[in-house]
Amino acid sequence: MFGREILGNKAGLPLRDDSAGRFLPWFVALMVYLAALALAGALIAAEAGRDWRQALTGALTVELPPAPAGAPKAAAEVERLLESLRAAPGVAAAELVGPDRMRALLAPWLGADAAVEDLPLPRLIEVALAAGAAPDLDLLRRQIADIAPEARLDDHGAWLGALLRTARGIEILALILVAVAGAAAIWTVVFTTRTRLETHRASIELLHLIGAQDSYIARQFQFQALLVGLAGGIGGLLPAALTVLLLGAVTGGADFGLLPEVALTWQGWAALACLAPAAALVAMATARLVVLRTLGKLP
Amino acid sequence: MVRFENVGMRYGTGPEVLRDVSFTVAPGAFAFLTGPSGAGKSSLLRLMYLAQRPSRGLISLFGTDIATAPRHSLPALRRRIGVVFQDFRLLDHLSALDNVALPLRIAGARESEVRSHVVDLLRWVGLGDQIDARPATLSGGQKQRVAIARAVIAKPALLLADEPTGNVDDAIALRLLYLFETLNKMGTTVVIATHSDGLVRRFRHSVIRIRDGETVFEPAGHADVAG
Repeated sequence: MFGREILGNKAGLPLRDDSAGRFLPWFVALMVYLAALALAGALIAAEAGRDWRQALTGALTVELPPAPAGAPKAAAEVERLLESLRAAPGVAAAELVGPDRMRALLAPWLGADAAVEDLPLPRLIEVALAAGAAPDLDLLRRQIADIAPEARLDDHGAWLGALLRTARGIEILALILVAVAGAAAIWTVVFTTRTRLETHRASIELLHLIGAQDSYIARQFQFQALLVGLAGGIGGLLPAALTVLLLGAVTGGADFGLLPEVALTWQGWAALACLAPAAALVAMATARLVVLRTLGKLP
Repeated sequence: MVRFENVGMRYGTGPEVLRDVSFTVAPGAFAFLTGPSGAGKSSLLRLMYLAQRPSRGLISLFGTDIATAPRHSLPALRRRIGVVFQDFRLLDHLSALDNVALPLRIAGARESEVRSHVVDLLRWVGLGDQIDARPATLSGGQKQRVAIARAVIAKPALLLADEPTGNVDDAIALRLLYLFETLNKMGTTVVIATHSDGLVRRFRHSVIRIRDGETVFEPAGHADVAG
């Protein structure tokens, strides 16, 4: 019932019609747009970090120097290595990377038709670990060194660490942007609410003198702020969602190697959707606090 | 109903505009608050309708000590007081009906009851045909009656009016005073601030006379105002 009175401007303050808040929905929309893009970036970076960790922590690579031409001993060495690795605890599979797979791995740099057989490339053994397994890498290294002293075991630790630090950095930067956009929106609501309090000072004093509780006056401000926050939130969220979808569509067909795909999971979309009600609730709470704090100074 | 004891009041750090004000208005009384312009009538009224707290002394309203009452308890007290402001203080964006309805809406009255009560009262003050009019389209006298209707719609125990006859001609001034007397006969305690000695003499009610921030009471044969 009170909402209807406020919408009809009958509760005492014509907040709906004043000019102080005219640009507030646009500003909130802009901040929500920026926050949504930053949040999408944070979510995509977090998802990429998870993918990288999943892809690289479940695998090891054994690297051998290129085989000298016509060296049957080298092939036997690889066979012994494979047998030893497959027998090691925690190892699910171990396979030599063949020419086709090697060509596919190098295709982004050398092209699909590269004659990899003619290149002095190291030989690689891909080792897949059993789910949840944490093999003793020192023991594995000793086993490998016994068979092929020149082989090197790569657990991707340094590579993965750098990737995850990058992803985490992007996440933190994006979340800082979300916080900055939120703070800017809050500051604008504070400023607008103070302006409105000044604009309607005479009416507020009248309501106060005829017995209005502070909360009666605050409700009118917070209801308007809720509507403005919701309008701005939806107004910023929809273009942000379109931007994410558009970026996903534009970059979807391209292979960027390690760069993540611009796409959100359903949880990511849900988090983004929460920005609109969050903007509305934050605007409402901010307006309420500012009004109650100001009215508290009246006798 | 209203008791002032040695009340002093100053605005901010300025000089005292009221000094050692003491008087009592009994429930059901009708009193004039009079004195020359600038004597402190409006300041005294501001204390009575709780727009201001005293800088010293005791003010008791409806048995509550205002100086020590917690802030959150004051709105309920204010709702028992109807005020007719000198400048009416009608809200320009609201119709006469919605202006008068404000105290009921603030008190949380059901919307279905608000309209019928307000329409009845506006008819009673002779504004039945101006229910939807905005203040800007009303004459001074009509605004005055809307302001009075707003002051009495919630059936206040105490009605305060600040120079209600200051902006109207003598005929309307007399009609307003008769209206206040009617409300007084219905049980409302009435205090009217006026600088018109003519009205004070004509209606022969109790008088609180204020001069240079100090009050003198004149029971004028009535027992309902005492100093």
